[in-house]
Amino acid sequence: MLFTDIVFYVLSAILLFSGIRVITTRNPVHAALFLVLAFFTAAGIWLLLEAEFLAIALILVYVGAVMVLFLFVVMMLDINLDKLREGFWEYLPMAGLIGVLMVVEMTMVLAEKNLHPSEAVELPANYSNTAALGKVLYTDYLLPFELAAVVLLVAMIAAIVLTLRERKDNKSMNPAEQVKVKRNDRLRIVSMPAEVEEAPAAPTEEKK
Amino acid sequence: MQFFAELFGSYWADVQLVVWTLIKIVAIVLPLMIGVAYLTLAERKVIGFMQVRIGPNRVGYFGLLQPLADGLKLLFKEIILPTASNKALFFIGPVLAIAPAFAAWAVIPFDATLVLANVDAGLLYILAMTSVAVYGVIIAGWASNSKYAFLGALRSAAQIVSYEIAMGFTLVGVLMCANSLNLGNIVMGQEGGFWHWYFLPLFPLFVVYFISAVAETNRAPFDVAEGESEIVAGFHVEYSGMAFAVFFLAEYANMMLVSMLAALMFLGGWLSPVPFLPDSILWLLAKVAFLLFLFLWFRATFPRYRYDQIMRLGWKVFIPITLVWIVVVGAMMQTQWAYLFH
Repeated sequence: MLFTDIVFYVLSAILLFSGIRVITTRNPVHAALFLVLAFFTAAGIWLLLEAEFLAIALILVYVGAVMVLFLFVVMMLDINLDKLREGFWEYLPMAGLIGVLMVVEMTMVLAEKNLHPSEAVELPANYSNTAALGKVLYTDYLLPFELAAVVLLVAMIAAIVLTLRERKDNKSMNPAEQVKVKRNDRLRIVSMPAEVEEAPAAPTEEKK
Repeated sequence: MQFFAELFGSYWADVQLVVWTLIKIVAIVLPLMIGVAYLTLAERKVIGFMQVRIGPNRVGYFGLLQPLADGLKLLFKEIILPTASNKALFFIGPVLAIAPAFAAWAVIPFDATLVLANVDAGLLYILAMTSVAVYGVIIAGWASNSKYAFLGALRSAAQIVSYEIAMGFTLVGVLMCANSLNLGNIVMGQEGGFWHWYFLPLFPLFVVYFISAVAETNRAPFDVAEGESEIVAGFHVEYSGMAFAVFFLAEYANMMLVSMLAALMFLGGWLSPVPFLPDSILWLLAKVAFLLFLFLWFRATFPRYRYDQIMRLGWKVFIPITLVWIVVVGAMMQTQWAYLFH
């Protein structure tokens, strides 16, 4: 057995274990962290396949950005664990059926091409996956790539517009207005004659 | 040697590779740890002098053994586990904080040939590792089961995610100039004297990168994740002894990492500023030392930012600056002045 084989089986075992724990663990924060672990091991398997760009992009996008925000929300929720677990066993047969169906479908689609490892070509050590991907993306697939970018932009603008609303009780400050403030807006100098204090009357004893 | 070769048989080449790589890793991590230890001393000394004090001067000459004394003290202290905390995650937190800070050094070139892993996607790898560093803070803050720690973790998460975007865009500018994601190639693209270094054509990006780096490492004036005067010590308020020291080490290792990256990407790495002096690793160390001094200088000078100001600076100032300058660089590259940007 080659060293890479051992690495592959170890990573696969961790990936399957963490994938199962994502849905079986009781605590949502633990579930999110197991999902992070699953992403990490998946990235490791992609590295074994010499797809270093995809592996690093997976960690950068999903672990570094998406899951951080996910955790951010999950940690702040006060989730009732027992209510969340309700019906787990009830739905299990149906969910299992759908899962098995998906596995069968994916095997039927992918097995034909991918279950023949002898056909895989070993690429030279200095082969750059990143450069190859860039070349294909900006020549053959330029139009689909730009289209995907526009779709993402629309989604981004929509997300911002959804949260953009004026609130009356918002106390945030506007730095542009703060900078524009002049002395005369805040300070009024009044010209008035000096007040002369009358001589205080002698304090009288009023204590009881 | 012969004995081991026979023992491992056909695996001997693999075993040799693993052992040799481990030796190289130790050769990077050991100087890094010593650097971190003496950076803490340098910080106390520099801030001391800026505030007209002497700083630590009792342990060893000029306080040179102070980091060792601090380390020993923290090592012998008890690590207190809060009762209602999440025990496993409480200890995983510090580990996750320090591991990416060290792992990122794998692709850092110290010289034209002195690099542990000369990978083509080096810059992406560094970005991925620095973005993972936030997990240590988040998990520590949540597992402590304390209001202050949790507030610190939330502040830190929002801040790091925000500034990572601006930081990523500055790196896009660099790789446009260098035509490469390989850190060694990025440095070699700046050959020929300091007027070829990328900090001149990419000056706005350089400034944005360094300020974002200060924010990413949770250093003053962006240290709201700790914010002593508001939330005690933020995410590590419940940690004591060596567990606390690990967070401390991670913070300083990250400072050295971002300074190293700034030196490599914008200040010509190990290249000498003038053509008649030889290139050497000493130049790189000098540039890193200067950038680290800036970190300490900032801490002694600036008051802490308010939280909404931090968010405004990141989203409404830095990201637009970087976007505009990337367009400027891209447009200039199509004109006759393209040589200025290569």
